[in-house]
Amino acid sequence: MEKKITFTINGAAQSMTTDGERPLLDVLREELHLTGTKYGCGEGRCGACTVLMDGKRLFSCLTNVEEVEGRSIRTIEGLANGEKLHPVQQAFLEEGGFQCGYCTPGMILNAVALLETKPNASEAEIAAWMNRNLCRCCGYIKILDAVQHAQKLSKA
Amino acid sequence: MSKQNLSKLLADEEPIERVEFQFEANFQATRRQFMQLLGAGLIIAVADAVSDAPGQAQRGGGRGNAPLPLSARLHIGQDGTITVLAGKVECGQGVRAELTQAAAEELRVPVERIKLMLADTDLTPNDGGTSGSRSTPSTVPAVRQGAAAARNLLIENAAKTWNVPAGEITVQDGQAIHQASKQALNYSALFADDSTKILSAAVPENVSIFAVKEWQVLGSSVPRPNGHDLVTGAHHFPSDITRPAMLYGKVLRAPSYGAKLDTLDLNAAQNLKDVQTVRDGDFVGVMALSSFAAAKAVEALAKTAQWTENTAISSAIVYDHLRQKAEGGMPQNPFSADVNAAPNKLKQSYNVAYVQHAPMEPRAAVAEWQDGKLTVWTASQNPFGVRSELARAFRIEENRVRVIIPDFGGGFGGKHSGECAIEAARMAQAAKKPVHLRWTRQEEFTWAYFRPAAALDVEASLDEKGNIATWHFVNVNSGGSAIETPYKIAKARSQSVNSAPPLRHGSYRGLAATANNFARECFMDELAALANRDPLEFRLAHLEEGRLRDVLREAAQQFDWPKRKADKTPDTGIGLCCGTEKASYVAACVEITRSEKGFAVREICMAYECGAILNPTNLLSQVQGAIVMALGPALREEIHFEKGRVTNASFGSYAVPRVADVPLIKIHLLNRPDLPSVGAGETPIIAVAPAIANAVFDATGQRIREMPIRLAAKA
Repeated sequence: MEKKITFTINGAAQSMTTDGERPLLDVLREELHLTGTKYGCGEGRCGACTVLMDGKRLFSCLTNVEEVEGRSIRTIEGLANGEKLHPVQQAFLEEGGFQCGYCTPGMILNAVALLETKPNASEAEIAAWMNRNLCRCCGYIKILDAVQHAQKLSKA
Repeated sequence: MSKQNLSKLLADEEPIERVEFQFEANFQATRRQFMQLLGAGLIIAVADAVSDAPGQAQRGGGRGNAPLPLSARLHIGQDGTITVLAGKVECGQGVRAELTQAAAEELRVPVERIKLMLADTDLTPNDGGTSGSRSTPSTVPAVRQGAAAARNLLIENAAKTWNVPAGEITVQDGQAIHQASKQALNYSALFADDSTKILSAAVPENVSIFAVKEWQVLGSSVPRPNGHDLVTGAHHFPSDITRPAMLYGKVLRAPSYGAKLDTLDLNAAQNLKDVQTVRDGDFVGVMALSSFAAAKAVEALAKTAQWTENTAISSAIVYDHLRQKAEGGMPQNPFSADVNAAPNKLKQSYNVAYVQHAPMEPRAAVAEWQDGKLTVWTASQNPFGVRSELARAFRIEENRVRVIIPDFGGGFGGKHSGECAIEAARMAQAAKKPVHLRWTRQEEFTWAYFRPAAALDVEASLDEKGNIATWHFVNVNSGGSAIETPYKIAKARSQSVNSAPPLRHGSYRGLAATANNFARECFMDELAALANRDPLEFRLAHLEEGRLRDVLREAAQQFDWPKRKADKTPDTGIGLCCGTEKASYVAACVEITRSEKGFAVREICMAYECGAILNPTNLLSQVQGAIVMALGPALREEIHFEKGRVTNASFGSYAVPRVADVPLIKIHLLNRPDLPSVGAGETPIIAVAPAIANAVFDATGQRIREMPIRLAAKA
């Protein structure tokens, strides 16, 4: 059912009329051309579609766009400050925390959601938190290294 | 797999012979194209070494009269911009860094100055499919030779300009330098005389490339050149491509394998707003303004569809089926007389399940028709093969089809084919607009080809000293990779037999090498036990001095095998294995612990050797990834199907490895600068499951003869 939906995307107000049941993922990719957020499974099992809603991690594939009315959404495109990468992005780059890179935006946003609330998360807490995101290149060792490296960069 | 597919696959695995330079009239077209795309400059060209037509591959001496297509390997613009072109694809294995390094090395320019263009069938050379670990041994040398040819041109040009012997000139940091006269010349100076003319040169035969001891860039950990785009989301994967006026497509899928469409009411979709449909035989697609609308339209169509289903076999009986349908029957052991007379003998059967590659990015394509020419952006490990598939499907000449492969989200041998590209192109043809098609995860699990299931039989006899006297090994259905035993055995025969596979199958990382090494290395442990010998000692006794022995020793030493073998901690077990495939060598030791629910892998210690290491950091990523990926089919991954329907087509029911599955992993990379570099993306994957299986036996006394490994409940 078509309806008007207003939310904030990467700090800017956004208003659109669309079917309220459309997945947020599709709206980001097909209407707003923010293709950094990826489709991976459509059922909240892989985390490739992870975005932040009011700072908390969210599966955008399972979220109807009408559910984000009045909320603030942050995607991978909204993470860097101009040319300056977010510490988590910088850490993934420095550690080479990617192979094909398709899971990377979701991994990075998932890590941001953790470190913004728990900057001193332990190694075990990081591993548990990151467990809900899949990387089929299975580059988990360097992904975990990157999150730990991001903790150091954030403090620097 | 049909015989034709199998032979194509084998052809893909063959070393690619490069046909050296040839210039013919058809280069003019390429030159014009390059002029348009890259501007005037120096082109170093190569003849395409690979033909897509089966049986027509150009081999040495087979040039005949027909000129081969020529492609640019390297373009140096007048502004000094250096573009390197290769027909390989980047899907996470790191070829983009490696080829950039290869060019930078031979040109003697900083890596930042190299722009690498990959896999565009209108522009890049046909370097064959990105498979069989061939990029390192074939394409790296090809790029190095092209770059070395350009460097030699620069030297020649400088020598002529300065009137000094070429031997006195060195190239460093993008400049030819003559020390004595303190003169320098950079690559753009090659165009000083005639700035608008396109120069062209072929790669001469036997152009010399730098020896390992002269390497400045190769051998170092150059990061992924487009890493910044990956962490910012700026990189456009195939599923991220958009075109003006593009529609989103979706295909109506059959409920099961081999189902035939009887009736369908297209109006169910056509009556929806802004939805178009196409039906062509059993192919039914819808095109809409959004993926959401396309999905709704297909749902509506599916309700009206009537199918005749094929009650194909189920996964529960797949191994019996494969054995029963073995072509020519199950082979007899040619050494049965020896076996009958031997003091000790053993025969066992092993099974390996169907698994799916499940790359993070499912198949995707954007197709666009313009003036009878088709352009498709898609993910495939075989760009020129997909071009041929498209040309055949639409009955047009190959030069009317352009396939562009952006760096994509994972392949693992699963994306050699072009079905998604063809589907998108059929819908774009019908809609007269560009169409975007991205398979769902369920489609990817169900309709992408699988790694073949395998049924394996092994029989061996031991002599009175407890050494292997005869060996007979049969793989039914999954193929011959790494099927030959690397052990010293006087009488050995290994056979790969085709069967009648119930599912569509194809390549996979390491393909059959995983199944063959699993059966062989588990059986080696069984034989060692029969001979009452330590698994390590038993293997070493059957290995000549050399690379396999070296990695096995290294892994065992790093793991402290003898000491840990003597340790009898309850519910803890260790196991090892080794193997070789695609000219690299791997060995691993594993520790597992048994729990009430099953067992857990605690530690994997791997030694790996693939010749001279080109990029240590990337190599480490590949080995880490291969080990963790291998844990999936070793421990859990298995496609279930019932009467032609895949019943676990989701990440919820098909559990691939996650962070929580990662054990302690220790990797020891053996560098061999004295040996040619070979590809490393596949082989480490073969040495995980057998070591775990052998460790499970050590801990529990239960022999494991099936992947995934299942352990009977603790008594």
